[in-house]
Amino acid sequence: MKVMAQMSMVMNLDKCIGCHTCSVTCKQAWTNRTGVEYVWFNNVETRPGVGYPRTYEDQEKWRGGWVRTKRGRLKLRDGGRLHKLSRIFSNPKLPEIHDYYEPWTYDYDMLLNSPSGEHTPVARPKSLLTGKDMKIGWSANWDDNLGGSLETMDQDPLLAKMSEEVKAEYEKAFMFYLPRICEHCLNPSCVASCPSGAMYKRSEDGIVLVDQDACRGWRMCVSGCPYKKVYFNHRTGKAEKCTFCYPRVEVGMPTVCAETCVGRLRYLGLVLYDADAVAAAASVEDEHDLLEAQRQVLLDPNDPAVIEAARAEGIEEDWIHAAQASPIWKLIRDYQVALPLHPEYRTMPMVWYIPPLSPVVDVVSNTGNDGEDADNLFAAIDKLRIPIGYLAELFTAGDTAPVDLALRKLAAMRSYMRGISLDDVRDESITEAVGMTGTQMEEMYRLLAIAKYEERYVIPPAHAEQAHDLEEMGCSLDFEGGPGMGGAGPFGSSSGESVPVAVENFQALKNRQTADRPSTAGRVNLLNWDGNGRPDGLFPPGPQAQDRDGS
Amino acid sequence: MSTGAILLWVVLPYAAAVVFVVGHIWRYRFDKFGWTTRSSQTYESRLLRWGSPMFHIGILMVIAGHVVGLLIPREWLYAIGITEHIYHLGATWMGTFAAVLTLAGLAILVYRRRTTGPVFLATTPMDKVMYVFLGATLAFGTLATLVYQVFGPGFSYRESISPWVRGMIIFQPDPALMLQVPLFFQLHVVTACLLFALWPFTRLVHVFSAPIPYLFRPYIVYRSRDAVGRSGMRPVRRGWDPVTAPPEPRRGRRSRVPRP
Repeated sequence: MKVMAQMSMVMNLDKCIGCHTCSVTCKQAWTNRTGVEYVWFNNVETRPGVGYPRTYEDQEKWRGGWVRTKRGRLKLRDGGRLHKLSRIFSNPKLPEIHDYYEPWTYDYDMLLNSPSGEHTPVARPKSLLTGKDMKIGWSANWDDNLGGSLETMDQDPLLAKMSEEVKAEYEKAFMFYLPRICEHCLNPSCVASCPSGAMYKRSEDGIVLVDQDACRGWRMCVSGCPYKKVYFNHRTGKAEKCTFCYPRVEVGMPTVCAETCVGRLRYLGLVLYDADAVAAAASVEDEHDLLEAQRQVLLDPNDPAVIEAARAEGIEEDWIHAAQASPIWKLIRDYQVALPLHPEYRTMPMVWYIPPLSPVVDVVSNTGNDGEDADNLFAAIDKLRIPIGYLAELFTAGDTAPVDLALRKLAAMRSYMRGISLDDVRDESITEAVGMTGTQMEEMYRLLAIAKYEERYVIPPAHAEQAHDLEEMGCSLDFEGGPGMGGAGPFGSSSGESVPVAVENFQALKNRQTADRPSTAGRVNLLNWDGNGRPDGLFPPGPQAQDRDGS
Repeated sequence: MSTGAILLWVVLPYAAAVVFVVGHIWRYRFDKFGWTTRSSQTYESRLLRWGSPMFHIGILMVIAGHVVGLLIPREWLYAIGITEHIYHLGATWMGTFAAVLTLAGLAILVYRRRTTGPVFLATTPMDKVMYVFLGATLAFGTLATLVYQVFGPGFSYRESISPWVRGMIIFQPDPALMLQVPLFFQLHVVTACLLFALWPFTRLVHVFSAPIPYLFRPYIVYRSRDAVGRSGMRPVRRGWDPVTAPPEPRRGRRSRVPRP
């Protein structure tokens, strides 16, 4: 047993209102740069829907993830090492920009500076790839709220697996939102696909990152990831991906997407897992066994043997405590209401989801029945095979039983807690029907419904005794090339080693302020201005302002 | 020996070699972030799918041919039974095939680069300079093969150019060997030297990133946070391509408010 720690996330889909706040704040924090306009480390998909990039779940087409060979071993779906190298000159499974969308901006300057005339000026969309006028035809959430889905829905790879009758019913039956970030898998196929060895899984917390200095732009990670959560920066020629906001997590803060989620649906915490058991669990024969196999890879942080093994691996006491208090462990193993996204890709994803019950409740309520009555809800779960089948395609490789059980637990919680609140009755028969005790149910209710900040986010900071080494906490400016450094590198002040993430240097600041073309030439885009300094073009030119005052 | 000959056949190659080696070390030291293929496949893949493998496989064959022809003394090949005649046939016809493959691939790639809007906009001045020298080197090499080997009487470069190259490598330069070499071969050598001098400052550095270790490493890479050290944003260095916005679109019909 080799114990390793993994930062993970669980999202409670019942609470997602599809507001895209997570996507927007993530974009502002990480991908508001040239070259990654189309990159959404976090995106929110309406389901059923085609996803982003379009039809990414169709692995017959994109060939991401792993497959099990006849001999019971795992191999990359897109082929082994030699096969990958043989196609390095042109990667046939790489999504083109049009599978995402062509990024654009608007000609806002037109609105401000066009001369007076008969017609109202219009800000036309301009491609950020060619600079020319373009027609906007798709975007990151173009089919939001099933918009236009009559035309695109049949492309949903999950619906394609289901029957015709289901397809006809989908729109009446079901709609929910699926926020997605990188899964930070235990068995990441992107890492396995990287020819340069630039992608790695951090041994401390399992976060999967791209070493920007080692990436050579072969793009195999983009094809290798079945979730298509590694993106290619088309300006730098390097891969970029969700970082699990590691500079924040290292100091005990939740990720930006979790922090800003208005529904408070995200849970963050550590789990301990057995790294030696991952390969065997990922290669079990029956896809339906993958969920249970992955649950078994996670180790009980309260088990003395596990604690002992964790200490032997050098995991600190505060991290073990954090793993014991982890909401992730509770939701995955104690309550078993959280399920992984597409376990059949065999990457052992570590962002899990609590399936949404609310569509079921809606159906029951709309028929005039009591949507909080346990029997009604159980009956509805039995009857609503369409949504359950769809959820099973998402979370359990098509096995409806675990989805069924998770939804029943949520339904039981709903009705049990109503009994307590309204009638002051603790009807344990409801909880027993789903194999839980009343106390457990109340604990789960507290975690899911009340969800205080410190219960949702149990993030141990990186080891305190190493704090002075952490790049985000260093306050000295005496790194090479920094303002406090006396000498410059051999080729002037802009050469030398790279600088910490948090210390933004002059060039980076200038670049960021001017990277996106502002609507007026020579002016600073205020969206990219971080409040520091007074770059040229922040204010309109002086003489002009004076003239305006004088006239 | 004229000064010109010494400059061309001793000084230039050595200068190019020094720039090549020192340039790569310098670039690796100071611009790991810029060390990439800078693929444009996300913009366009239909033409690339043909052009890129054709060019790359062709150029690998060309390099292999140069290694055999320039570095291995012909007596060694005689010893394993490869006579002058067999060598000449192989070098000429396989060389011509590789040249055609390479040039056709390059033509497709250059056509794609010029005609696909986003690809053209992502082309840096350095890329264009590199294409000129790369194209010239390939063109003179192919011309030399066609003119002297295929349609001409055949020029035995293994008695002149090859010993000259090996002499340069062991630091016993003999520029006299190059004086009687036909013009196209001379031009080929000179443009190649210039290309090598340019190499470290272009995207061609990706040649040295050929991911051979991928074949031998475990699939999943674990790295400690501490081992990674201080990574992060770094300034763009002078001399290569910074990350910038695409150029301003043409604003032909645009009228600005006249300044008061």
